[in-house]
Amino acid sequence: MKQQLEAIRKAALDAISDAGKAEDLEALRVRYLGKKGELTAVLKQMGKLSAEERPVIGQLANDVRAKLEANIEEKTKELADKAMELKLKSEAVDVTIPGKQEKIGVKHPMYQVLDEIKDIFVGMGFEILEDREVELAEYNFTKLNVEEDHPAREWSDTFYFTEDSSILLRTQTSPMQIHAMETRELPIRILAPGRVYRKDEVDATHSPMFHQIEGMAIDKGITMADLKGTLNEVVRQLYGEHTVTRFRPHHFPFTEPSCEMDIQCHKCHGAGCPTCKGEGWIEVLGAGMIHPKVLEGCGIDSTVYSGWAFGMGLERLALGHFKISDLRLIFENDVRFLEQF
Amino acid sequence: MILSRNWLNEFVDLKDITDKEFNDEMTLSGSKVETIERPDENLKNVVVGKILEMKRHENSDHMWVCQIDVGQAEPVQIVTGAWNIHVGDYVPAALHGAHLPGGVKIEKGKLRGVESNGMLCSLKELGMTAEHDFPYAVITPAALLNDYHPLDPAKPSIPADIKPGNKVYGPVLCGRVEAVESVDGGYNVRVNDGTVTRAAKTVCSNLHEGDLVAYNTKRDTICTLEDLHAEQKEFPHCIADGIFVLQEEDAEPGLNMAHILGFDDSIVEFEITPNRPDCLSVIGLAREASATFKRPLKLHTPEPHGCGGSIADLVDIDIEDGDLCPRYTARMVKNVKIAPSPRWMRERLRNSGVRPINNIVDITNYVMLEYGQPMHAFDFSCVEGGHIIVRTAREGETIQTLDGNERKLTPNMLCICDEHKPVCVAGVMGGANSEIVGDTAMVLFESANFNGVSVRRTASALGMRTDASSRYEKGLDMMNTIKAVERACELVELLGCGEVVDGVMDVVAKEKAPTVVKLEPDKINALLGTELSEDLMREILVSLGFILNGDDIYVPSWRGDVEHYSDIAEEVARFYGYNKIPCTLMRGETTRGGFSEQQRFDRAIGGAVRALGYDEIITYSFISPTYYDKIRMPKDSSLRNSLKILNPLGEDTSIMRTTILPSMLEIIARNHSYRNKSARLYELGKIYLPREDGLADEPKYLSLGAYGDGVDFFSFKGSIETLLHELRITDVKYVACTDNDSYHPGRCAKVYAGETYLGVFGQIHPLVAANYGMDTEVYTAELSFDAMYEKRGDIPVYQPLPKFPAVTRDIAVVCDEAVTVGALEESIRRGAKGLLKDVSLFDIYRGPGVAIGKKSVAFNLVLRADDRSLTGEEADEDVQSILAALKADHDAVLR
Repeated sequence: MKQQLEAIRKAALDAISDAGKAEDLEALRVRYLGKKGELTAVLKQMGKLSAEERPVIGQLANDVRAKLEANIEEKTKELADKAMELKLKSEAVDVTIPGKQEKIGVKHPMYQVLDEIKDIFVGMGFEILEDREVELAEYNFTKLNVEEDHPAREWSDTFYFTEDSSILLRTQTSPMQIHAMETRELPIRILAPGRVYRKDEVDATHSPMFHQIEGMAIDKGITMADLKGTLNEVVRQLYGEHTVTRFRPHHFPFTEPSCEMDIQCHKCHGAGCPTCKGEGWIEVLGAGMIHPKVLEGCGIDSTVYSGWAFGMGLERLALGHFKISDLRLIFENDVRFLEQF
Repeated sequence: MILSRNWLNEFVDLKDITDKEFNDEMTLSGSKVETIERPDENLKNVVVGKILEMKRHENSDHMWVCQIDVGQAEPVQIVTGAWNIHVGDYVPAALHGAHLPGGVKIEKGKLRGVESNGMLCSLKELGMTAEHDFPYAVITPAALLNDYHPLDPAKPSIPADIKPGNKVYGPVLCGRVEAVESVDGGYNVRVNDGTVTRAAKTVCSNLHEGDLVAYNTKRDTICTLEDLHAEQKEFPHCIADGIFVLQEEDAEPGLNMAHILGFDDSIVEFEITPNRPDCLSVIGLAREASATFKRPLKLHTPEPHGCGGSIADLVDIDIEDGDLCPRYTARMVKNVKIAPSPRWMRERLRNSGVRPINNIVDITNYVMLEYGQPMHAFDFSCVEGGHIIVRTAREGETIQTLDGNERKLTPNMLCICDEHKPVCVAGVMGGANSEIVGDTAMVLFESANFNGVSVRRTASALGMRTDASSRYEKGLDMMNTIKAVERACELVELLGCGEVVDGVMDVVAKEKAPTVVKLEPDKINALLGTELSEDLMREILVSLGFILNGDDIYVPSWRGDVEHYSDIAEEVARFYGYNKIPCTLMRGETTRGGFSEQQRFDRAIGGAVRALGYDEIITYSFISPTYYDKIRMPKDSSLRNSLKILNPLGEDTSIMRTTILPSMLEIIARNHSYRNKSARLYELGKIYLPREDGLADEPKYLSLGAYGDGVDFFSFKGSIETLLHELRITDVKYVACTDNDSYHPGRCAKVYAGETYLGVFGQIHPLVAANYGMDTEVYTAELSFDAMYEKRGDIPVYQPLPKFPAVTRDIAVVCDEAVTVGALEESIRRGAKGLLKDVSLFDIYRGPGVAIGKKSVAFNLVLRADDRSLTGEEADEDVQSILAALKADHDAVLR
């Protein structure tokens, strides 16, 4: 019996070692270790052995079984690893082949800039107002201290709907100041962006329709220092912490004192270069303290309340922001242009 | 406003201030500098040279080799092709390495083998003209017979071998020049006519020893081309062009030409705001500069001496409308001698952007620039009746203005008239009928104040905005008229161009009281956020010419823009320095701020459609009325009633859109024509619906547009479904729409949320696409922002996740072709008994096994109970109920 067991061990181990597939191993397991397997068959003959021989042969049989089981397991794992390796190899891809992209649409570059500005002001406690573009001359001009015969009212500059020049397309977002003053509780902090219209022929820097952003704050004790502080803060958020600004006197009918705000050219730092047309500074907006006449005209007591207002052109800002050379591209809406942003 | 800094220095000494400092400081005090130019930067190494010697070039028939004294140890040799120079002349010599205006650089070199170490310059090469800039340097050439080139070589008018003494024609003989001598204003020439030597005086500067000329023996003159009725090309080198021969007293060899030309100046261009017409003058800017740099302002009081007589005996002045002409001031000059003005005046005018013309005209321009007061000079002999009447034009009157155009006047235009006719359009332009000409002897200087609006309207109606009108239209200082006319007369005497008649005619038709404002330092500080002392405020105001009497501020007459304490605050702030005002953040009650719900919804729409691959566009709010036809809008559609712009730029932008469709189609078509393979675009834009009160309702619409790769009806509809889902709009229905003429009748749907109409979408009608030049399938949608906003979903409430498995059943039913999938789906939902969680279409089949006119539609049903595992029987029960509903509603039967 001993020889039988040794023979089985040898034959089985050889067969296991030679097995090339998982199925072969399973067949070997059944052949040797199964209920009707060769090893089992040998063990069934144990009864014929003497009491001395039985434990010895039993021990040997158990060793053979354990050895066969261990080798089958080891071989199984080896085959599995090999199979996995082959599978992975066969599944390898060229990772430099382009991926499958999903196209996401883009926000118009100008509105990207506008949204950034809105977010800045909202963060400072401002509300966003929108209102009509077909406007009364009274709101677009008269209540903004623009005299009856001011050149801006000429038909050569403003689009009109009525012969008496009473209804027009707003030429600025400033009528929003009046609407806000007339309808809102004080204090007021508003930002009013929108479309405005002027009779300019289309060229690289002009369009009969463009966008302005109006901002206004009215409260007790608001000063020009507040105007400067707020606008400086906005510009820093927009252009970076180290942006240098300057304020220059200017003239608008509805603010007094009035100013324009420049930022120092980021390219030449004030020395003068082609970007800033040699000036060293780039104009960004016009502003001022709301003219007391305007406040009074809206029923606000100018001896108690004061306020500031500013207006900026969105197109110029966006053009500068993205280094776009021609305003016409903005309204042309060529997807090859839009999808650059 | 263009300013010469040299001129400014006469009023406030800023010679030590660099251009950069001047630029920065003036800009920060409110006079915005646009540019500063140094003309001498374009003229380098060009000096005065004296011609020592001239020899004819041995290899050329027209060049001269000159030895020039340029103030260096040795003379410089320069070759020139010009014929108008002579030994002893002072000329501009561009030396090796010189720069000329226009970017020209001069290098030494050889001309036909002869060394030339520079170039002698003409006025043109120096960027000037003789006519306006150096009138004495106008060149008149003689016709040199040795330069004669016949038009037809076979038939020369002058024989090639003509010799002195030969007849040219009539009394004109050929002569040889024997000597040329420069004398004041011309040349003494000795000419040998073959027999005798004659002496002639001529202005022709192209004569040299040996030249053959046509000599008129009767008049003793040398003939010009004009005298011979010759064409220029017959005498190609006898041209009215040549070297600039200087007649300046300070010319000496080696002197920088920039000095002679007045290029050693800084020319500053300002952007002056319309409220400050006083700064459109040298004196106005000097006042600002004086306050800016804290330097004294040196003003001069003009004092003409006069020559006796009385203007009152010569002229009457009447103003008919004091509102249009508050003041008219005039003085008279007699024995006028029209001539070029002196170099210093021409230089200042030129450096202020004004062309010199002649002394009288130049004086009016000079005074306008210096004082900001437009002046006009009339030839008084043309003022009939010696009577100036300032009145509006009469119906039908016309005037020929100085620019030569005949102008039709209308009764709202103010004119200066004599007793019979207009002689000037007030404040705009003079009439040709009273123009200053060479033989003008009596000049009336007008220095008037006109209504700015009236001048602007007249200038605009006549289409002639002039220097004068652009000043008048801003409203000028009434008190300036006398000073200006006095200055003009002083200059007449200084230039010696006439005698000033005693007396001033000064008619004031409307007085203007000075403005008085209270000085309120606390209010000013409160407005500015500063703590400035009252002393500083007073100091600033005084430096600007304000007069303080206690707390009363008397505003100077030239500052019509100041009338309120806030204006005073601006003056204080300007000269304290805007940039010295502190920067603070607003105190006081805080406001909540933030985006409104509509604004957040607007952003949500944008975010969703961009995620779907749509790019945002921005289109004009105004369109062409023809666009309604282009989209096949019915003729009787109420949307054709648009707001019309009465003064549009053009028809394409003349009405306010009542639909966003054409704007989207324009952009789609543009992208298509640019050969962009596909585009998906969106716009959230307003339409403008006319209202009773003349204004507009301006609702916002979302437009979507798509064509190209992968775009078909169902992918486009999918975008809309996804969008509405994202906005949590529920109970969405799509109803076929066959009657919208802009869309394909079989591929168009109206979108509803419950009963609320959201909008329409579909494939653009091929005829509409063709109107836009497209033959491809284009899909668009027009969805109302307001309707979507109204039907937006609430914040979602959490639904427990299913604990029990679902049972799925596939059913295929056969029904009539006309029954829509939507209707079948509705029946399925109606028939289900509460277990149906989802239904989705997965196949539509037509063909063998299904009768003609019928279709088989297959759905996948998902059934589930929330509280137990469903049994097959329970699910089948529901399916039976669903099938019953399909049968009842649509006669649809299980296949």
